[in-house]
Amino acid sequence: MADALFKIEDLHLSLPDLARKPLFGATPRITILKGLSFTVPEGAITGIVGESGSGKTSLGRTLIRLLNPDAGRIDFAGRDIAGLDEEALRPLRRDLQIIFQDPFSSLNPRKTVGAIIGAPLLLHKVAASSGEARDLALDALTHVGLPASFAARYPHELSGGQRQRVGIARAVALKPRFILADEIVSGLDVSSQAQILTLLMELRARMNFTMAFISHDLSVVRRLCDRVIVMRKGEIVEDADTATLFEKPQHAYTRLLRDSIPLPEVSDGWLAEA
Amino acid sequence: MTEAYLDISDLSVALQHSGDRLLRGVSLAVKPGEVHALVGESGAGKSMIARAVFGILPKAVTILEGQVTIEGADLNGMSQAARRLFIGKRAAFIPQDPLTALNPSKRIADQISDRLIHILGMPKAKAHARAATLLEEVKIADPERVMRLYPHELSGGMRQRVLIAAAFAGEPRLIVADEPTTALDVTVQRQILALIAGMQARHGTALLFITHNLGVVAKLCQTASVLYAGKVVEQTGVRQLFADPQHAYTRALMAATPRYDRPEESLKPASPELMGELAREVAETDTLWAKERAHG
Amino acid sequence: MAEARVIRVKAGPRLWLSGLWLTFFALAAIFAPLIVPHDPLAQDLMLGKLPPAWVTGHEPGYLLGTDSLGRDVLSRLISAARPALFVAIGAGLAACLLGSVLGLLAGFFGGWTDRIISRIVDIWMAFPPVLLSILLVAFLNPSLQSVIIAIAIIDWTRFCRVVRAETMQQRRMDYVESARAMGLTSIATLAREVLPNVLPAIIVLLSLEMGIAVIVEAILSYVNLSVSTDQATWGSMIAEGRGIIYQAWWVLVFPMIALFLTVLAFSQFGEGLKERFDPVLR
Repeated sequence: MADALFKIEDLHLSLPDLARKPLFGATPRITILKGLSFTVPEGAITGIVGESGSGKTSLGRTLIRLLNPDAGRIDFAGRDIAGLDEEALRPLRRDLQIIFQDPFSSLNPRKTVGAIIGAPLLLHKVAASSGEARDLALDALTHVGLPASFAARYPHELSGGQRQRVGIARAVALKPRFILADEIVSGLDVSSQAQILTLLMELRARMNFTMAFISHDLSVVRRLCDRVIVMRKGEIVEDADTATLFEKPQHAYTRLLRDSIPLPEVSDGWLAEA
Repeated sequence: MTEAYLDISDLSVALQHSGDRLLRGVSLAVKPGEVHALVGESGAGKSMIARAVFGILPKAVTILEGQVTIEGADLNGMSQAARRLFIGKRAAFIPQDPLTALNPSKRIADQISDRLIHILGMPKAKAHARAATLLEEVKIADPERVMRLYPHELSGGMRQRVLIAAAFAGEPRLIVADEPTTALDVTVQRQILALIAGMQARHGTALLFITHNLGVVAKLCQTASVLYAGKVVEQTGVRQLFADPQHAYTRALMAATPRYDRPEESLKPASPELMGELAREVAETDTLWAKERAHG
Repeated sequence: MAEARVIRVKAGPRLWLSGLWLTFFALAAIFAPLIVPHDPLAQDLMLGKLPPAWVTGHEPGYLLGTDSLGRDVLSRLISAARPALFVAIGAGLAACLLGSVLGLLAGFFGGWTDRIISRIVDIWMAFPPVLLSILLVAFLNPSLQSVIIAIAIIDWTRFCRVVRAETMQQRRMDYVESARAMGLTSIATLAREVLPNVLPAIIVLLSLEMGIAVIVEAILSYVNLSVSTDQATWGSMIAEGRGIIYQAWWVLVFPMIALFLTVLAFSQFGEGLKERFDPVLR
């Protein structure tokens, strides 16, 4: 397998529990990640799968340092970024991109699609002028299968699947080394879901980025990912290449997750076993 | 052949201001003891059918033609009040979002018993006891404790169990469930589906199950209607549907569905040709319908 | 999209009617010295308490009659639009700027910033506003500037509270997180990403605040705590008219109508803008 782009060692994360915030004194914290160690190989798509409360989303946000870990190392391209402050992270942000779950709230409603894709290009000086940013934004739109005319539209004029394509275009336009895809198809219909995943596979073949694909749905991960990490309650349950994980799951929880997916074929005993 | 309990025939509804049809002559029937799947993607009109059954269509939508009958009685012919009472005694609804469907300021006990007291006129003590029995039936441990809790103190799966208990409370003979497991984790989804299937079989309820998930259709339902753009494109037994899907849209839906057992054959997006063909089919239906309306 | 258009069209009459009156009001204020038929301060006791043009006993040239000192009511009405407009714009903008900036900071940064600003707002709002404004103006010496300062100091909390809540709501949206992931600084995110989404609320509030400023100025000049007596104001006209309501009702009624329509127009303009902005936000 290729070199590791990310090397994570003993990663701990806790977040303030605002629901139990007392009137005075410090807010209690909930432990989210309990000492995770794994690697993200360069050029591959790593699936991170778990049910609600598994910590998969927090793990993703800690990787790209939108959250601050309590302890542990996050080696990104050979450099520990776990303790860097916002200022030191800024130059790295171009290489740490994210595509969000909710295509409705992740696009600024007051900006055109062209501006949404173009602004980061200018910020990171990928484009020297606003004219160049515009051209690159149009390129990115074409890459994700949207007509160039969409650059002038506002997010509320687009469908969910189209918005998600804009989110992808925004991330890939920067040609980052790493993209975090956080449940990006879970709000979509079956047909848009298939389209978006096919698009990701095409883009990966063409642009060769490294991706972490967070999902609650094992069956989506099967086709797309090279490797899957299964999480439960802030811990890694199983970490294996995709085929092995599905064919010979080592952990009972992985098996439970897999067998809970209703396959689209009639079988009478499935519900009785639950 | 048993009589259908819910019978929708040739139902067309449209947006009032534009006249665009949202349902295009939908016919479907659910028999007592049967689980009928209503499958389709967002915007296909699944929820519109559920709303038409309960007579709660949005104000901007009008019924152009067609009947909804329960126990052979035409609901459209009834007054609002008569209809509410008639349906309240016979049918119940399980919604998708278990959090917003429960009143946040009411205890679980009242959420279930209110319906029994107000619609069925049950005395309070009896309704309370019945609520406890129901919570036990939906496999909630320690029902007496849970009855005193508020919705936000329960997990998503527990809330959905409460809603199922509430739906079965009045011994309805028809239940319409609108994507009741979509918001849940897969392991919880399986438990909830098993629970619904068990309750439905024991009570002999007619169940109209709305979903976009073909896997759920295969595991839970006996018959199915596949809906596209407000039109039933295929209607058949579930075994038949999966063994030999007739309509191109059904086949496309199956090809797009992710499968961990056959990854290479799954997640295939529909071709633009098929989308064009479907759009033509819809347009044709509309032309034909307009002609018939003009003549008849 | 289709739905949004429908609402936009409906927002029409309210917005246009109130906009029309406000334009009329602003033009009258700006060009007052050029368009007044008489000097608003010129007294002529021989022509005192003349009734309006459609009542018997009127004098030609005095359309809305005269007050007890023989000053032309119409001219005074037009000339009084000036301080009203001046206060509406001055106090409205000042309160808006102060409140919005603090509200944006509190809502966006949360934590201690929010706690301190919100506490100040709570304490501020515990003071009875009218009493506070009277005290302030008395302390600062009555003048138009003092009135503006007093209104801004009292009313910034309105902006602060609404803008804070609105900002907090926007703050939770993924596009803000996305801006951070892109490497945008906090202040740049606030200014370029969040502000455009909070702006509609601010503009609506500003319009409402201008109406409130006009009323407060009228109240203060009614109790003689605004401009000096050589400038006509609607408030002082109402105060004068109150004393002679049985002999010359018009001295009281016309400034009241002007005040009423202007305040109504400001609030309706704000509501109209809100209807116009809302569907886009959803």
